This record gives sequence, C-alpha cells and structure tokens, in this order.
Amino acid sequence: MKTSYSQAINKALIEEMKRNKKLVCFGLGINDSLNFFGTTKGLEKKFGHDRVFETPTSENAMTGIGVGMSLNSNPCVMMHQRLDFFLLAMDQLVNSAAKWHFMFGGKKSVPITIRLVVGKGWGQGPTHSQSLQSWFSHIPGLKVVMPTFPKDAYNLLKKAIRDPNPVIFIEHRWLHNVEQETKKIKYKSTKYLPELISKGADFTAVSYSLSTIEMLSLKKMLNKNKVSFDLIDLKSIKPLNISIIKNSLKKTKKLLILDSISHPICSVGSEILSQLYREKNIKLIKPPILLTLPDVPTPTSTYYTKDFYIKKADIINNVSKLVGKKIKFVSNDSNLHDVPDSNFKGPF
Amino acid sequence: MKKNISKKIYEIQKKIRIVEEKIASNYNQNRMRCPTHLSIGQESVAATSGLALSHNDISISYHRSHAHFLAKGGSSKKLFAELHGFDEGCSKGVGGSMHLIDLKNNFYGSTAIVSNSIPVGVGLAYSLKLAKKKNLVCIYIGDAAVEEGVFFESINFSVLKKLPVVFICENNFYSVYTHIKERQPKKRKIFKLASAIGATSHSFKQDNPFKLFQKFDELFKKIRKNPMTHFVEIETFRYLEHCGPNDDTSLGYRKLQEVKKWKKKDPLAFSRSYLTRNKILNKNQIEILDKKININVDKDFNFLSKLKKPKFKDIRKLVYKA
Ligand SMILES: Cc1ncc(C[n+]2csc(CCOP(=O)(O)OP(=O)(O)O)c2C)c(N)n1
Ligand SMILES: [Mg+2]
Repeated sequence: MKTSYSQAINKALIEEMKRNKKLVCFGLGINDSLNFFGTTKGLEKKFGHDRVFETPTSENAMTGIGVGMSLNSNPCVMMHQRLDFFLLAMDQLVNSAAKWHFMFGGKKSVPITIRLVVGKGWGQGPTHSQSLQSWFSHIPGLKVVMPTFPKDAYNLLKKAIRDPNPVIFIEHRWLHNVEQETKKIKYKSTKYLPELISKGADFTAVSYSLSTIEMLSLKKMLNKNKVSFDLIDLKSIKPLNISIIKNSLKKTKKLLILDSISHPICSVGSEILSQLYREKNIKLIKPPILLTLPDVPTPTSTYYTKDFYIKKADIINNVSKLVGKKIKFVSNDSNLHDVPDSNFKGPF
Repeated sequence: MKKNISKKIYEIQKKIRIVEEKIASNYNQNRMRCPTHLSIGQESVAATSGLALSHNDISISYHRSHAHFLAKGGSSKKLFAELHGFDEGCSKGVGGSMHLIDLKNNFYGSTAIVSNSIPVGVGLAYSLKLAKKKNLVCIYIGDAAVEEGVFFESINFSVLKKLPVVFICENNFYSVYTHIKERQPKKRKIFKLASAIGATSHSFKQDNPFKLFQKFDELFKKIRKNPMTHFVEIETFRYLEHCGPNDDTSLGYRKLQEVKKWKKKDPLAFSRSYLTRNKILNKNQIEILDKKININVDKDFNFLSKLKKPKFKDIRKLVYKA
C-alpha cells in the first residue's frame, strides 16, 4: 500500500482529533472543496464545525485566539496554505505563543501546532514561496519541524500536536504527493531527531524537506559513478541535534549541506556549519559546501526561476568538486523546473 | 452625460473583458506561469472608477487587479508581457499577475497578500496631504480585506488625519471558495462597518455603469475639494474561478444558479444596450468599436512572440537600489 504525504497528514489529524476530544483545527480553506490540499478531508464531517472551522482572513488575531484556546485546555492545529500569509501573525507567534510559558514563570504552556505550506514554481513569486524556518528557529520557545516523508509527517505531526509547546510544522507543497510504501501506518513514538536515511562512504550530505528528495534523486546516478554518500534528513530544525552528522563526518570527512529552500544568510545550513566549527573532533579534509538559494527574493517569471532555484547540475558539480572526481550524468533539468510533475498546473 | 464619456465607459469595460478573455483562452498554453486572478464580471467597477479618477489621482490594488491597472491607463501589452514573464512586462516579469505597476499613470502597485496594500495607500495619501496636492488615493480591496487587522488600523488613521482616500470594496461574496457568511456576521454590511469607524460610507450598485460613473465622479470631486476618507462598497461577482481561467461551478461551493443570476445582469451587456437605446452608438458602430479593441488587444498579445527570454542574472541587481 502506498500512502502520500497529504494522506499521512490527514490520517494524523483524524486520529488526533479522535484521541483528544478537546483538539481544535482551523484555517483558511480547511473546509472548502479542495480540503487544504487533501489534508483535511472528512475532518469537518467527522468532528463538526465547532472543532473544525474556516476562519476569516485574520492571521494575527486567529493565532492569538489559538493561543487563548490552547491556554484554556483546547490544543489547536492552525493552518496556512502559504507560510507567507502567516507573516501577519508574528506578534502573536513571537510575543505570545513562544514566550508565554517562560514569562509567566512556567505557569502555563501553549500547545499549538501551526502548519505552514511553502510554495514553489508556477510563478509563486516573491510573496508565495518563502520558507522561513531560520526565522522561526531563532525564537526561543518555538520548535520547528520539517518532515520529508509521509511516515515522518504522520509521526511528527502527532508528536507536535501532543507537544505542550508551540510547534511550527512546515510542509513543502511539492511533498504533498510524495508517496511511501507502508503496510499500516501506526504511531511510533518519535524524537525530534535527524535520521541517517542512506549510507555511503565518500561524503556526508545533510538536507531536509524538499532538499532531501532532491539529494535522494541523485543517489543512483552518483552510485553509478562510484560515488556514495551518507544522507542525513534533519526532520527537526529546532531542536537541532547534530550528533548524527558528527558521527558521519568522522567517517567521510567531507560535507555537503543542501539547504535549497532557504536564503543563505543565517540559514539552517550556516547554523550547522557554525556548530560543527566549534567541535573538537571534526576534521574536514575539504572545505564544506553549503548550497542555498541566492540572497534574492523569488522572482515570478519562469525564465528567472530557472536559474534562481538550485539545479541538479549545480549539486552534481559541487559533489564532483568535493570528492575530486569527474561525474558523468545526463542533465534532465527540463524546462519543467517550476512544477513537481507534468500534471501540476498552477496556481497552488 | 457627454456622449464621449458614455462611449468611454463602454469601451474600457469591453477592453478589460477582451483582455481578460484573451488571458483565459491562452492560459492553458502554459506560458503564463503565475497565479492569475481574472476580473471578468467585475469590470464595471474598475472601468467607471478608473475613468472618474484624474491622472494625478493615485490608485493601488490587490491580487485581482488587472482591471484596475487597465482602467488607470495601464498598457495591455505590458500586462501580457508581465504574465508571460518577460522583461518587457510592467514589473519586468519579476512580479507576475499579482504585482502590477504603472507609475506613468499613477497606478502605484497591486500586491498579493490580502490587505497588504491598504496602509501603503494611506501612506501615499498622507504624502499628498503634506504636499498640499488636490488629489486622492483610491484603494481597491476585496471583501476579505476588511477581516484583517491592518484594515482597521489603516482606515482609523486615514479618518483621523482626514486623508483624501477612497476605499473601493469589491464585494464578490467569496474569498477563494468560502462565502462571506462564513467569515463575517450575516447582517452587518461592510460599508456600515467602515461608517462606524468614521469614514463616510456609501453603497453603490454596479448594474448601471453610467450611474455608477456619475456617483464616482461626484464623490471624487468632493474628496479633491474637501479631503476626507470615504468608503464605497459595491456588490459584484466574478464569473470564473478564484484563480485561473476556468469555470469552477463543478467544485460545488457556489451554485450554477447564482452564477447565472449575475451573468444575467452583466453590466457590460447593460452598457452595450444603453448605448444603442440612447442612440449614442448604433449596433454597427459598436461592432466597429469592438473590432478595433479586439484588433489592438490581439496586436498587443502577438507582440509577445517577438520577445527574448530574459535571464535571472539581469534582475539580481534589483534587490537594492544602487
Ligand atoms: C494574508 C493572506 N491570507 C490569505 C491569502 C490567500 N488568499 C489569496 S486571495 C484570497 C481571497 C481574498 O478574497 P477577497 O479579498 O474577497 O478578494 P477576491 O479574491 O474575492 O477578489 C485569499 C484568502 C493571502 N493572499 N493573504
Ligand atoms: Mg471576494
């Protein structure tokens, strides 16, 4: 049986709503005909519109309202079809949700989960494509998770919902149709930890969310070129645990971080590099490579995004540099670079 | 009303309709690769207010802004080029359908985050006041915009400072697929809300564009003379899907009946028959006019085939002004 990322999220939501009768879900588009990319299918029907409701276009207020409900024994899952829309809610997120537990001496915490979807392609442009995990990670009191695969999305969303603290749950739009072979998905108690998802010898690759899919898609071709790598999928951006990265580097001594949905300054990748730099036992034999988007907002035109986003060829050329080997490959960076598959037609 | 103005009212509406239909019928060629919100059905609001604005009046808009851009004098050539992502677009292809600009005609921009352009419009009006200019700022918004806090904050300031602002709220009853009754209290009218905040509020009808023009014209003259914040709500309807070129009644969020009801009182059709009924133009003359508009729009669209694909490196430097 195959389960898609959006089905996994749907299942997690339904099960958690069943498990905790006080849990509430809300957001723009949650109950419309497209069910939030399929992730909220059947939710309102099963649990009623008091617990599953559409909101006015009021991101800041709704976040604060979610904080209030969470404080008063109704944990919440709030959702936004684009992360960019949630930027209106920074006051309630940063000044209320993140700090409530601390600033009132630990009296009450805010069990709210905020699902944010990151857009890419089909001219999502400057204000519909931002992936600001670095911002959120900077704020003490927040947790930030970005699962790549359906099973992880399922487990981590459940974990986030049960977490007594605010958790930012970021879903890349291009992951919603990613499928995974599953027997029966069952909740496995998880930790906010990275995972070594593929083993190799020549270098260590670190990635998360869509970038893990991009890295994984090169595995076969690199293996054919007699290049193999450890691939570490971060899953959790905050807390960020780098032990597994350290262990891998002791073996490979070469590092490539693919942070391909982030701008370069103060990125997740630069944070990892900074932490590694301060470690005693890490000795790299080549300068580490960090690949990010340029320090430029996302342009809309497909002619511009072609060279704005990181191409497979860019990654391969950097791998080649890192391992000191020529790599033969057929470039399939087609002109469909701005859609996840040929069926995808904007806008969402 | 002068004949040439009546003619103009029809002409602008018709041009917007033809431009939008051109976009819709070509969208599936997959060359306009950006989220595109069409104004078909809502043209009369843009056309009449755009015509009533003077050149030095400023307008600013939201995600559904093609009509506002065109009605303020924006070029369909530049609009098409923008949607196709060419350097010749009004925003060099960087912004796409949701980020239009035409400074030559004082169309200061349209933006994609709901309510984002509202305070910017109020700021533009404050500058007009500082410069002692006798002009106004027209802020176009949708019905969902009044759900954002920034709307209240901005209109409060605008009223407080007696700024020459007119909010034009196109209430098309939906925000994406969600009806207004799920988002706002049932019996509370948007224009009354604005009135309670202190703006002088009006509810205009779109059905007769000639009357609508006169109302805008009188109102704008008044604001230019006596700077104040006004709010106009107009009930209207988009014929196509929220975003994209198709009919979306199959989704079931609105009934075919509802769409039909609005199409039946299509303001463009009204204008057309008004012109003949009042002997401003006869059928033949209208056909000639339509043909002329069609030819020009086709020309603007076909010009795209001559354009070169732009490169990312050419826009990198746009992040900061040197
Ligand atoms: C802050 C924010 N929240 C949500 C969205 C998603 N969104 C895009 S268009 C739209 C509908 C807005 O409805 P309305 O203002 O009535 O304009 P209409 O599309 O009906 O013309 C929404 C919710 C957004 N762009 N910005
Ligand atoms: Mg609307």
